Amino acid sequence: MDGVAQLQKQLVDYTASLFQEGFLDEQFNQLQQLQDESNPDFVVEVVSLFFEDSERLLNELAKALEQKTIDFRKVDAHVHQFKGSSSSIGAQRVQKVCIAFRNYCEEQNIEGCLKCLQQVKHEYSLVKSKLETLFKIEKQLIAAGGSIPT
Amino acid sequence: MENGFSSPRSESFPAGLRVLVVDDDPTWLKILEKMLKKCAYEVTTCGLAREALNLLRERKDGYDIVISDVNMPDMDGFKLLEHVGLEMDLPVIMMSVDGETSRVMKGVQHGACDYLLKPIRMKELRNIWQHVFRKKIHEIRDIDHHESFEGIRLSINGSEFSDDCIMFSGEDLTSFKKRKDFQNKYDERDYGDHSSTKKHRVVWSVDLHQKFVKAVNQIGFDKVGPKKILDLMNVPWLTRENVASHLQKYRLYLIRLQKENDLKASFGGIKHSDVPSKDTSGGFGLQSSIHTNQNDVANDRDQFSGSNFYGQDLDAKNNEGDQEEIVSEPRPDSKKPLTADVPDPQDTRSSQMSFDHSSASLGSDVNYTEFDCSIPKQYPWSECPEVQSKQEHKLLLQLEGGFSQQPPGVPQHYIEIDQLQSGRDTSSPIKNEPVLVEYKSHHESHISPKETAIDNFSVQSKSLIAYHQSFEPSSTAIKSMKPQAVDLSCITDLESCQRNLISPSDLTFPPFNEDLTVCWLQGDFLNKNFGLPNMEFADYSDPGFIADIPVHLYDTLTSDYECPYDPTEYPIVDQGLFIL
Repeated sequence: MDGVAQLQKQLVDYTASLFQEGFLDEQFNQLQQLQDESNPDFVVEVVSLFFEDSERLLNELAKALEQKTIDFRKVDAHVHQFKGSSSSIGAQRVQKVCIAFRNYCEEQNIEGCLKCLQQVKHEYSLVKSKLETLFKIEKQLIAAGGSIPT
Repeated sequence: MENGFSSPRSESFPAGLRVLVVDDDPTWLKILEKMLKKCAYEVTTCGLAREALNLLRERKDGYDIVISDVNMPDMDGFKLLEHVGLEMDLPVIMMSVDGETSRVMKGVQHGACDYLLKPIRMKELRNIWQHVFRKKIHEIRDIDHHESFEGIRLSINGSEFSDDCIMFSGEDLTSFKKRKDFQNKYDERDYGDHSSTKKHRVVWSVDLHQKFVKAVNQIGFDKVGPKKILDLMNVPWLTRENVASHLQKYRLYLIRLQKENDLKASFGGIKHSDVPSKDTSGGFGLQSSIHTNQNDVANDRDQFSGSNFYGQDLDAKNNEGDQEEIVSEPRPDSKKPLTADVPDPQDTRSSQMSFDHSSASLGSDVNYTEFDCSIPKQYPWSECPEVQSKQEHKLLLQLEGGFSQQPPGVPQHYIEIDQLQSGRDTSSPIKNEPVLVEYKSHHESHISPKETAIDNFSVQSKSLIAYHQSFEPSSTAIKSMKPQAVDLSCITDLESCQRNLISPSDLTFPPFNEDLTVCWLQGDFLNKNFGLPNMEFADYSDPGFIADIPVHLYDTLTSDYECPYDPTEYPIVDQGLFIL
């Protein structure tokens, strides 16, 4: 079926581009490999969890950095958490920003931290929309009767 | 997922391995659960450490292994690790996205049998069964040993410098217990001595533990001994060795608890966190970062003001490498005086534990509290250096109790103090000195409660600080000091430590040279002239040991010898014992 083949190609290409551009890394592959018949929506579930948790973390971060006196340890703790969860799905670019973010925390550099917050928010929204697109293609593919290539 | 409480895997091992995963990150929890299930393990997940402990306590024999994240909101992963080790004695694997050597070191010191870095691959999880298996084997071997090392996971090395886990296998000192070196570095040594009589592993159920605690309380913590406990408990199938090993763990656990409480209570004034540039004339809080608790307890820095004279808690550093904080306050110039390298605190912890044991044997356990309180008063330091770990403080106290005769211990301290003083000038951050320093100070105060003690302490703390400080720029002094630290020879028991210390020299402890110096100085000074900062210490480049060693040293030091120092020596020490 052309439709399916086309969608499949689209999926493959899109996924490849995400890897190439550094949005995702090997960990994402691991997630895909974990998906099986007993958990056919595993990846989507995990990523959804990630989105939820991330929104929460980003809010906490923003709040912490809005304080009159910033508690850098707290900020650092949040960033650390965010780094951890972004590593869970392989959101590489987000992770990278987190590393820089933590350095600023250590230095207690407010400006640096605020800058990183913006950056991390940006990267997060990027990877979120990319993944959402990816899932959409997958859904279309499955709806068309195809299967996700492994 | 249900846990196989009923019986340990009946299917072919390792399939069916009952794993408890603890992680506050829901994404990871889900992923790990899936991965472990794919390995044919029985998985139970938990988002909170407390919940995990409850689950574990409910079914003492319901799990084979625990995997836990290091950073959790309700309880530090390391604390959980301790609890599990103490109460259930299960292998625990730590996980974190942070792979800093210091953190890993800390994990190992707290007894983790492995430390995984996130993102975790499934293949890493496949082999976790080996830890369960290994433990079983060791238990059998260990059961026989009086000084069971199975539960003791004190690794003396606190230095971050090396990934190697330097196992400190103390001699058969009361304070030293053989430590299980998961990294197999010194495993052979440790295990070689044990006879392997087959015995069943004792599961310390809640009831059994209650009986144990009751017996301990009845006897009186300071008079406690495995035999007495065993008799009181009146459990026919329990052996003295079982009790001995459990007692060890229990002691460590209590020390840590007490430290946390006491420190907070007694040292209210101590500055927490960031004292680094405080320049308190007297109070150098030598924070011996040695105490691992620091990380746990502190919250960044436990300041033990008087008692610990620790320069800065290394703990603080541990937290996120915030070494700055640990630095002892007093030093204005020094950056963070005793910022102990993270590893140190950990080490100290372990060392403390050893102390604990030793002290326990001294029956000075109860002394901590008192000591804690008393010490601070004596010291003119205005600032309480961040106490690195309550433990340290405690340990000292304990030591105090035990070694009442310690001669002004001061010499040791002095040495340190000088260092601190000199160190102060150097802006080098002090690394782990903590352990040694701490002890010294305690002793001192204890011994000569009044002026001398105070003097000593201040000096000590200074020196301690100095030690720490020396790490940085003026590490030269420290470096020389290091060898000193290693100079265990002065202490009988230290020899074993030395051995260990020395071995690490092969390790590259680049950053922590400083740490080393601190600890050993004490030992050395006692025997040597204090006036020489760079004394005779061997050249150890083993920063790692410092953290650990101090504890041990202390133990040995205090117990083993009565320092024949005369107070007059102090001045020398002041002069520059350690010139950073």
